Amino acid sequence: MGDKKLMKGNEAFAEAAIRSGCDAYFGYPITPQSEVMEYLAVQQPEKRTGMVLLQAESEVAAINMVYGAAGTGKRVMTSSSSPGISLKQEGVSYLCGSQLPCLILNVMRGGPGLGTIQPSQADYFQATKGGGHGDYRMIVLAPASVQEMADFVKLGFELAFKYRNPVTMLSDGIIGQMMEKVEMFPQQARFTEFDQSWATTGKTADRERNIITSLDLDPARHERHNIMLQAKYQKMRENEVRYEAIQCDDADYIMVAYGSCARICQKSMNLLRAKGIKAGLIRPITLFPFPSEILAEKAPRLNGILTVELSAGQMIEDVRLAVDGKVKVALHNRMGGMVPSPEDVVDAMIKSFSIK
Amino acid sequence: MEDKNSLYAQIVSPENLVYRKTPLMTEKPLSFCPGCGHGVAHRVIMEVIEEMGIQAETIGVAPVGCSVLAYEFMNIDMQQASHGRAPAVATGIKRCWPEKFVFTYQGDGDLAAIGTAETIHACNRGENIAIFFVNNGIYGMTGGQMAPTTLPGMRSSTTPYGRDVALMGNPLKITELVAMLPGTYMVARHSVHTPLAVRKFKKAARQAFENQKLNKGVSFIEVVSNCNSGWKMTPNDANKWMEQNMFPFFPPGDIKINGEMVTKTAKAE
Ligand SMILES: Cc1ncc(C[n+]2csc(CCOP(=O)(O)OP(=O)(O)O)c2C)c(N)n1
Ligand code: SF4
Repeated sequence: MGDKKLMKGNEAFAEAAIRSGCDAYFGYPITPQSEVMEYLAVQQPEKRTGMVLLQAESEVAAINMVYGAAGTGKRVMTSSSSPGISLKQEGVSYLCGSQLPCLILNVMRGGPGLGTIQPSQADYFQATKGGGHGDYRMIVLAPASVQEMADFVKLGFELAFKYRNPVTMLSDGIIGQMMEKVEMFPQQARFTEFDQSWATTGKTADRERNIITSLDLDPARHERHNIMLQAKYQKMRENEVRYEAIQCDDADYIMVAYGSCARICQKSMNLLRAKGIKAGLIRPITLFPFPSEILAEKAPRLNGILTVELSAGQMIEDVRLAVDGKVKVALHNRMGGMVPSPEDVVDAMIKSFSIK
Repeated sequence: MEDKNSLYAQIVSPENLVYRKTPLMTEKPLSFCPGCGHGVAHRVIMEVIEEMGIQAETIGVAPVGCSVLAYEFMNIDMQQASHGRAPAVATGIKRCWPEKFVFTYQGDGDLAAIGTAETIHACNRGENIAIFFVNNGIYGMTGGQMAPTTLPGMRSSTTPYGRDVALMGNPLKITELVAMLPGTYMVARHSVHTPLAVRKFKKAARQAFENQKLNKGVSFIEVVSNCNSGWKMTPNDANKWMEQNMFPFFPPGDIKINGEMVTKTAKAE
């Protein structure tokens, strides 16, 4: 049994980190996620559980500290927001190439560049399609509540170690900043039960040395490494798709939205249903792997799909790929830190599909 | 097979051996150019780890540069870092294993150019790690481009007419710079081009690992070395050129011992 608390999303994430037995957090401040490190600092996790907390000199250093710490086989995490996540991409590519588990939280804000400090979802491509150099993928979890900001920490670590790969939590300024009731899971042991036979723990006489690297100067061998990585990402596609389908069974129209947009769309769905329009909502919980199958399955029986995004329309590409032209897909979006109202979404739905 | 009583067998018998390869260097042939100081520096560090009996407690961090493959030659657990980030990677390792020995091995392009921030901040935080900094005044691996440590007037593939300080800025004495920081406990400059120099470097390298037991901060050892390929010289000429040109600018010697600046500091040029 856990305990109930009223918390900010960022704080829930931080508390969940301590409770999930996280060994180390390395970060650098940026709005709107600075509360993560601030909360941890107040909690003194080094006293509570022995967890390491360190403010790095930059995001570049922070992600490379994560790389070093993750290489020791420990449960390691970092968090940042859009411009900081861009700086971390070099390290993320190395983490994927070297097959190191870790948890990365991105509380997205408006871009490009320094942009705004208001919520956005414009880092979808970066998170789901790579972001750094080379062919790699990460499981991307999209929390839509403060509860999920906490629960996905535990889930994220499990998936990171299951696949020996970084896991990203793609949140946004609304989810990070809003306060909600959250039921916290009990403290887990810091001792990690995951396989650590690959980690740099010091070479003992009874084993070969362990090496963490993404380098292989032999292209044939490096191609085999890439093929192996791709097979791993395929396994994620087969086993880790998560989504929520709300009132989709009788729906003529479906909205697809994640994170804070999914919250808005839930209200829009109720407003549409009150008007007699049978609307449903599919909320991807994993953005990679994307819940393509359920969309493909529903598409032939639908009159239209509306994606609602705080970006120029990035997830819509995955929705279109999934439905493969079998139904019209339209976009309602705001950018740069602006957020649509539930009524805006209702109007967009009616206009997009000329609903009488 | 050699006869056990042959002259050869007597010479290589353990009690007669005056030199052997440390088992902490793997069997893999070194990828360095013949005459390059990297190989000697590798061997010395591994000998120290062997002599201290800390193979099972040591984690090394390999850089980007000619020594990028250090983990292929060093028979210890290692992590390869992205260009310049080794001090941050070492920080992550050491914070998770505070009781273990952690070191980075980096070139001048790695440590003093792209990784300046990571170097200075790890040193300033006083991470309990050893940093080995091989300064050959040039980017070796990528084909001899200018490094922050390239001397004024020195030719490189990106300063084909010699480094013009007015255009390209001054060489960076990062070792003197980190010596000023309270987080460094030991700062020294050595070389590995003569038997005497090797012995001095080895003593310092041992001290760098011993210091980690004291938890006092960073031990930072620069090794002024050659890059005969990048400098386009024979190994012998490169070593002579190094003594005549590099040493006046990067003078070997102790800079900081036990957290105290040595009075006879290298004077700023
Ligand atoms: C991010 C990044 N930028 C550039 C490079 C290319 N690169 C590889 S080695 C190197 C220079 C290394 O020089 P140094 O550290 O002096 O080592 P040396 O080869 O001389 O031993 C550069 C620029 C890289 N690998 N990564
Ligand atoms: S290029 Fe220079 S630094 Fe690199 S191995 Fe050859 S001599 Fe050594």
